[in-house]
Amino acid sequence: MSARHPMLVADAGAVLDRHRGLFNDPPLRRVSALVGPLGVAGFTIFSVWWLAIPFSQIGPGLASLAKFIALMFPPSSGGHLDLLVRAMGETLAIAFLGTLIATVVAFPVSFLAAKNTTPHGVIRFAIRRCLDTIRGVDALIWALVFVGVVGLGPFAGILAIAVSDTGALGKLFSEAIESTEERARESVLASGGTSLLAVRFGLLPQVLPIIAGQILYYFESNVRSATIIGIVGAGGIGLQLSEQIRTYDFDQVAFAVIMILVTVATIDWISGKLRFAIIGRRAVV
Amino acid sequence: MISSLLSVPQARLEALLADYQREVGRRRRQSLLVLAILAILIVMAGRFGEVDLDNLVRNISNFTSYFGRIIPKLTIANFGADVADWYWNIAGWLKLLLDTVLIAYLGTLIGACGAFMFAFFAAENLAPGSVLRWSIKRVFEFCRTVPDLVFALMFVSAFGLGPLAGILAIAIHSFGTLGKLFTEAVENIDMRPVEGVRSTGSRFVEMVRFGALPQVMSVFVSYTLLRFEINVRSGSVVGMVGAGGIGQDLFVAIRKFYYTDVSAILLMIIVSVAIIDLVTERIRHRLSGQDGIR
Repeated sequence: MSARHPMLVADAGAVLDRHRGLFNDPPLRRVSALVGPLGVAGFTIFSVWWLAIPFSQIGPGLASLAKFIALMFPPSSGGHLDLLVRAMGETLAIAFLGTLIATVVAFPVSFLAAKNTTPHGVIRFAIRRCLDTIRGVDALIWALVFVGVVGLGPFAGILAIAVSDTGALGKLFSEAIESTEERARESVLASGGTSLLAVRFGLLPQVLPIIAGQILYYFESNVRSATIIGIVGAGGIGLQLSEQIRTYDFDQVAFAVIMILVTVATIDWISGKLRFAIIGRRAVV
Repeated sequence: MISSLLSVPQARLEALLADYQREVGRRRRQSLLVLAILAILIVMAGRFGEVDLDNLVRNISNFTSYFGRIIPKLTIANFGADVADWYWNIAGWLKLLLDTVLIAYLGTLIGACGAFMFAFFAAENLAPGSVLRWSIKRVFEFCRTVPDLVFALMFVSAFGLGPLAGILAIAIHSFGTLGKLFTEAVENIDMRPVEGVRSTGSRFVEMVRFGALPQVMSVFVSYTLLRFEINVRSGSVVGMVGAGGIGQDLFVAIRKFYYTDVSAILLMIIVSVAIIDLVTERIRHRLSGQDGIR
């Protein structure tokens, strides 16, 4: 394999001549192929200059980072394992209920936002823009808002995830509805079914597996985002984690991070199995 | 009409109906079981999550009045001055917004470059060694599971306040997510060109460069652009812990109840994310059209 033999073609030169066009791009194409990379490089230089990145800080920063990492071993729960387990449970509860509420709200809304089931184009447009706006605001900002409404604690986190995911799931569900085959619905209508029956027996069987896959995917990603939502006081393990980083208790940071990694891996594994059971090998968009 | 359709003998019909009932009953029982499990989980999660509907109902007026308050008072008669009053700090905010976009840009770029270098070693169909492959995959997993805010907090402690911490936090998170996506893209390529290149006796680098890269390049760029858009959004959050950008101002505005400032900054973020979304979508469409891959 690694030994390289010369080309065993008698008229290698002639072959090369015949395919000369493949090796010589016209000059204009050569120039235009450079635009992208040069643009990226130029913008990078501009960014570094504009942000005035202090390169002198990188050395000492890496040194203190190494110190932090050395402090992480051995990881320790710092004597409040029960507190951490409770916080992790809170995190899971936030992700679960947040996803559930978002699903329950987004599902009916998505029918109004889908081209083939909406009662009117104006309604579709208005709902789409609403969903876009909700989605444009990060879950953490929703968490800050809800901490102001219902006070500190995991309930604020649940509401934050529910609201921000309603935007995302509503969009995905309506796209799933739009990509269904019309024929099944039409045949229900043709056999005398009402439009409600047409949706139940002609449309739902097509979208439910896709929607179920998307819900599971969002649950996984919400477990990840629910781990940070606590930083603003909205429950879950994020509160402990941010406190420990601020007080330089890096052995406890490492412990909490390991807990998050194990939990997320377990959830991913379970939901992977569930997804496989529901939709088989089909990819989830 | 109907009787003529039902020409199945009575006994046969009954058997078929019984089969149908049994099948429907089985599926009903299955759904009931799923619903029961779901109900148990909801009750458990509700207790863990301290769900307090009473509290929500009592305070929901806070929520609606919050949005009432963040909407600025704009009058037609005095529109220009009102807008100027609303965006009293437009110059400062625009500068911070640009900071956020550039932090996201550099973070995405570093993360994408890292992911690009390692993705080929992590892909099942190309990886030279399975131990190497396994360890790279675990590193990707670690980088994308640990929240970017946690990295940002640590980097702020190590490198000091400022954009450097934000860039590094976003870079590490993007490295993890893009690494996974890039690896999956490489695993889905058509292996024939790779084998063609390999059959000429080429080494790993040449195999990747001429066999795999032409197939995945446009997918890589398109994932990176998508990630950039996501990172602009999360860049505004990372700023909250002091890692540069507009997040700090937004955090202060929310915490100190500068209501109209909150709406002003949020609107700026939403608009800029929407613009970036539009531009990157254009580029992605052009790329996928040009190469005909995906």
